Order: sequence, then structure tokens, then C-alpha cells
Amino acid sequence: MNKETYVTPNAPMPGNVIEFNPDICIGCNMCVDACRTDVLVKNTEKGQPPIAVYIDECWNCGCCILACKKQGAIIFRHPLNQSLLVSWKRKETGEIFRLGMKNPPPAYTKPPCE
Amino acid sequence: MAIWHELLRKEGKLPKWPYPIRYGEENTVEADVIILGGGIAGCHAAISAARKGCSVAVVEKGPTKYSGDGGAGVDHWLAACTNPCSTITPEEFTESVNMDMSGFDCGIVRYINAKESWDAALDCEQMGMKIRDDDDEFVGASFRDDETKLMFAYDYESKIDIRVHGHNVKIVLHDEMKKLGVQIYDRVMVTSLLNEGGKQGARVIGATGVNSRTGEFMIFKGKAFVNTMGHAERVWTFSQDLKPMWNDMNQAADSMAVCFKAGAEFVNVEQSHYFLNNPYSYISYGAGNYSNTWYPCSIVDADGKEIPYVDRDGNLLETYEDRLKPSPGQKFVLGSGYGAPITYNNQNMALTPTIADDIRDGKYKLPLYADLTSIPAHERRAIFGLMVGNEGKTRIPVYETYTKAGFNPDKDMLMVPIFPPEVYVLNPGCYTSGIPSSTYRSPSGGLLVDWNLKTSLDGLYAAGYTVYGCGAHSSAATGGRYAGRNAADYAKNVAYAEISREQIEAEKARVYAPTKVEKRKFGWKELNAGICRVMLDYCGEFRCEETLKAGLDLIKDIEDTEAQETYADNPHELVRVLECETILTASKMIIEASRARKSSNFSMGLFRIDYPDVNPPEWDKLLPFRLEGDKVVSRELPKDYYLQAPYADNYAENYEKYCAK
Repeated sequence: MNKETYVTPNAPMPGNVIEFNPDICIGCNMCVDACRTDVLVKNTEKGQPPIAVYIDECWNCGCCILACKKQGAIIFRHPLNQSLLVSWKRKETGEIFRLGMKNPPPAYTKPPCE
Repeated sequence: MAIWHELLRKEGKLPKWPYPIRYGEENTVEADVIILGGGIAGCHAAISAARKGCSVAVVEKGPTKYSGDGGAGVDHWLAACTNPCSTITPEEFTESVNMDMSGFDCGIVRYINAKESWDAALDCEQMGMKIRDDDDEFVGASFRDDETKLMFAYDYESKIDIRVHGHNVKIVLHDEMKKLGVQIYDRVMVTSLLNEGGKQGARVIGATGVNSRTGEFMIFKGKAFVNTMGHAERVWTFSQDLKPMWNDMNQAADSMAVCFKAGAEFVNVEQSHYFLNNPYSYISYGAGNYSNTWYPCSIVDADGKEIPYVDRDGNLLETYEDRLKPSPGQKFVLGSGYGAPITYNNQNMALTPTIADDIRDGKYKLPLYADLTSIPAHERRAIFGLMVGNEGKTRIPVYETYTKAGFNPDKDMLMVPIFPPEVYVLNPGCYTSGIPSSTYRSPSGGLLVDWNLKTSLDGLYAAGYTVYGCGAHSSAATGGRYAGRNAADYAKNVAYAEISREQIEAEKARVYAPTKVEKRKFGWKELNAGICRVMLDYCGEFRCEETLKAGLDLIKDIEDTEAQETYADNPHELVRVLECETILTASKMIIEASRARKSSNFSMGLFRIDYPDVNPPEWDKLLPFRLEGDKVVSRELPKDYYLQAPYADNYAENYEKYCAK
């Protein structure tokens, strides 16, 4: 991290809805063309993940992930003012879980009906 | 590195615009039928026109493969009255919805929906969307018909709403269009319609657009046009920082503005509702609830005590199955998603209305939970795996995101948001769309159409939400098919017309003005938010002549001042500024329509201080209006104009005559 301090504009809100895993993403830009509001633009560096420019226009539809050929390349997170309200209770144990918690329970792996 | 300000920190400068800039450059496209909007209605219109042998071009603001309200999928195919298992006729369906809307509904659109919904589903099945339980996952489920393998929702007796695996609906429609040779122009905002001879009110012969990536100016020359550009949004509510539940940023008022300026007649524009546009909404179908996709999930309190369901007369329902059939004396349950208010006629079973008092008395403890674990396994899988797993905005955002984070529908109960107790008695849609408030308003109303789904302008047809009285995915699909066929037939009998150069030049000057603003005062967001504030105050829950007139003057003033000082630094921003201009036009239309109706009207959500009588008989009529020069011209029309001369007095006969099959 650069130790210099800069004058920067406030971070967009929401600002973390889409994150790329650079180890998986191949920079094919399929997601760029799947986005209805052009949230993403291709990276200036070839093969690198796109940049989320208009992140505040994201519809949270997940079409970027539907279009992505590399599973796990795009991480989707709901904006905090919505995700923090998503909570569930395990009926048998009474344990409470939430989206974004530190040590989440194991994933449920059954896919949706195809 | 994910977002732009991190890029700025790394590189020390803004990235260059990634697409070539082509401001002012013209690209002319010619096709027999031009489809404006590439959502569900637009794709079906394009396919049906192409199948009739026409050359077709689609103009779409987003990427057609994933755009529009249905862009991320569909879970239920409504009003399939002609499917082999249905017990409801298209007439019964149409009349029932119309009754719920106090007769202010468009019977043409509803009847076409009921008549062709099943055909449209079969068509999508042919293209590659799964509409049946082909893999026999749900054998033995009470909602499954074993012969057809169809699966039904909401009302297991009438069987008109089909559960579908529609996550890929736009992809199959897109691929079908490609196969038929339809030209697709993505990332283009339609900015105007061109009338023959440049004369407002004359036949539509062209359209203009601007590309949101390059700024290129598009000219579409056609013999017939189908407008499927959806309804207006961002008029009363605009929030990006928060997230409204349903509308995406592309939904401005493009359709209203371009058609109105061209002279097309609109109706019911004074109507609005406040369910889906709450910026404090929850994740779509992502909070514990029992509405729509989640119907009729069991709801329990914090201690696991189940809240009973009751029928429309308040009788307690003993079993889960009881929730899925009509109440005594009720022909059928309408189900969710038609855009009709809940009435005694159409209502689903609901949680006991005593729930608010019961919470206050301590009988039930908050928070409540949607308990999928306690309902039959097939029902659980149908709600979460099939419907949430295939509906737009839920496959990735809810199913995949939640299950990855450990939510297990077999073991876990999803929390219902914490509301004041009275909210739990309201329409259960509020459990995800948030507490309803008159502040979060959405416009309704739209283009007036005839039995050809033609607007008042020759050469211009319309389908989907842009027509008044339209609701549901299948309504857009069926209207699109029908309008596409009629537009194709019209196109076969007319020639291209010469486009007025003068009109093009004037439009180009208007379109690019935001890129040349000298007094750079406002970004588009601030302008949008400003317009919304004016509409909220001057044309909100209660309206009267004085405030409506003052609001109209203010909107007109904004057009000449603040709107002229709103700048665009690239083609993306340019489209957003131009959208604000459409919202200004829509605002004027809504105010004018509200002034014209000198009464309050319950089903329209219109309340006037100076005319407080609700639904008085002398105002039991439609008030279509159009633009003539700068003047708004209104007239009166019976609510059921579509069953009066020159039309036949029944739906079936009119349909047969005009369906263009």
C-alpha cells in the first residue's frame, strides 16, 4: 500500500457489490457486456479483471455472474444497508446466522432447479 | 482493485473512456419493423414480426441478452388460462382483473394475456426454456399434473399460474432472434420518434437514438414500429445509494416522453401506486415473507409458534393445502404479480389479521421467521429451489449468495424484517418491498391502444408495461407477440417514407447539448433528485389545482434553467442526462392528467383536496390526452371502449378479428 495520503473523492455507495478474484478472472469481459447499466469497463491492462466504474448503478441482478465462464471469478455482495438485515435461525439449535458473518456455517451445496 | 477511486490512487489519473467517441456521427438502420426496447415484450414482438417474413431491428438500452425486468429470469408464468389443466376461461380471468381495478384496466391487454399466455409459454419451451418438470423431480407433489408435468402455483385448483424454470428466458429469446436474422442494436437510448413530413400526430416513420458507449447518433427508418420501452420510473423516487426493490437505472420515462412528443395519446397517467419503489426495500424476495414467489410459506414467531392463515372471510385454515385453493364462494385466486390491488374478489389466503394485536399482547414474539423447514419437502423445493432459483434478481443474489453463506432451506428459517406490528397485516409484498409510504410512488398509466395494439399514431404499436393496464411477465410476452404480428401486417402494405432532415438536425442539437454545457452546475443525479422532490411536494399524496399548477410551472422552469446547466462528460452520462429530460416531460404529463381528473379515485391512488369525492359516477371514465403543438388536448372515453362500437361487445370476437394470426 502506498504510504502517501491523497485527496480522494468519497468512495461510492454501495462500493463493494462486485469484487473480482484476479486469480480466477481471465479478463474476458463477458461480464462487461452482460451488465445492463454498464457498471463495468474493461481494464486498461489486458487480461486483468474489469473495473467497476458505475458501481452505484448496479441493479444487484447477478447477470454478470450468469454470464461468467469462470466460477468464482466474481464475488457478489449486497449493499450493507440490505445485507445486514438478512438473518436466519437454525430451527433445531436456535443458532442465529447472518450474511457477512465472521465464521459462517458450511455452504448448502444443492443447486437451484435447472 | 475493484472500484474507480482505487484505480485513481494507483495510477494518479482517470482512465480514458474505453470506447471510441462518435458524437454527432450518424448511423442509419432500415428495417420493415423496428422494435423500440428489447425486454420481454420487445423480444417477442421481434420474433413474431420476423416469423411473418419481415426484416426486423431491435433497439435496446442495455444488452438484450440480459436486459429489462425479465432480464435475470422468471419463475411463474401467469394467466395461462388455455393450458390443458386450467379451469378458468380467458373471459373469466379478464373480467375478474377488471373488477379488481374498478374497470380502469385495459381489457384488451388482459384478454390477450389470458388467451395467448399458454401459447407463449409453449413457444419459449420450443426455444429452450423449461416449463415442465421434465426430470420428474417433483413427482407426487400436489401442484404437479402428472400427464403434462406442468407445475402450478398459488391456486392448485384453477391451475392458471405455471411454475417455470425461466432463469434463461432472455438468453433463449435473444438466440431465437439471432436465428431469425433480427438485427439487434444494444446500448442505444431511443430519443425521439419521427413523424411523416415532420408533422406531430402523423404516421411514425422513424426513430432516433444515441449510443451510451460511443455517443453515436442512430437513425432508424421503418415501415412499422413497436414501442416496448416499459413504464416510467425515477419520477417520484430516485435513490442509488439506497436500493429500490424493482426498477433498474435504465427505467426513466423514455417511452412516455418520445411518444407524447410525437403526438400519441395516453391514458390513466394520473394513476400511481406505492409498492415497489421504496428505497428502503429489502433484497428482492430475500427477506422472510409469504408473498408471490414465497406463497404460502409458513410464518412462525421467535419461539417457533406458527401464525395461522385465514381465508378471505377470516376463517382459520387448518392445513397447508387449504392455503392453496379458493375461499368458499371464490371462483379462483388471482395470485401475485398482475399489478392489481388486493380485493375481496381476488385475494390469497393471508396471516390472521389479529397478528398485530397478538404481537402487542405478547402472544407472538418478534422477530418472525419464514419457516421453509416445516412445509412439505416438495413445497420447500418449489419455493426456494424452483422459484427463488429461477426468478429475476434471485438466482444469484438470493439462492446462490444465501446458500453459499450457509443458509440451508431444509434446516433454517429466514427472518422477516422487524416492522411496527400493523405492517404484518398489510399486503405481504411489504415484507420485502418495505413499509408502504405514499412518498415512494411509481407512475402507472400509459399508451392508449386499440384492438390491433396500435397507438393513436399510425405505424406505432405498443406492448408491455408501456401500455396502460398491463402487468406480469406473460402479459409483456403475449402483448409483444400480438403487437409484432399486427405491426408486420401493417408494414407489408406501406412504403418507407422520407425522413425530414430538419427534424434530424433539431434532434441532434437537443441530444448533444449536455456535452456542450458552459455553465457546468449539476450532474444528472442532482437534477433527477430535484425533479423527484418537486413531484413529491406538488404532485404527491394529496393534490389540488393550485399546487398542481404551481408544480407544472416549476417543472417548465427547470427545463429552461437547471436542466440547461446539467452536463455530461461521456456518453454514459449523456444518456442519464437525457433520461432526466424524459422525466421532466413525464412529470408534466402526470400533473396535466391529475388536473384533468377533477375527482379522487381509489384504484388510481389519486386523492385531491379540492375534489375529495372518491369515484363519483360522473368521473367514471377514461380521460385520454395528447399533445397538439405545445397544447395538451384531452377527451373522454368510456372505460370499456374496447367492447363498444366499432368493436364487438365481447372479447372473443374482437380477438379473432384483430389477432393477426
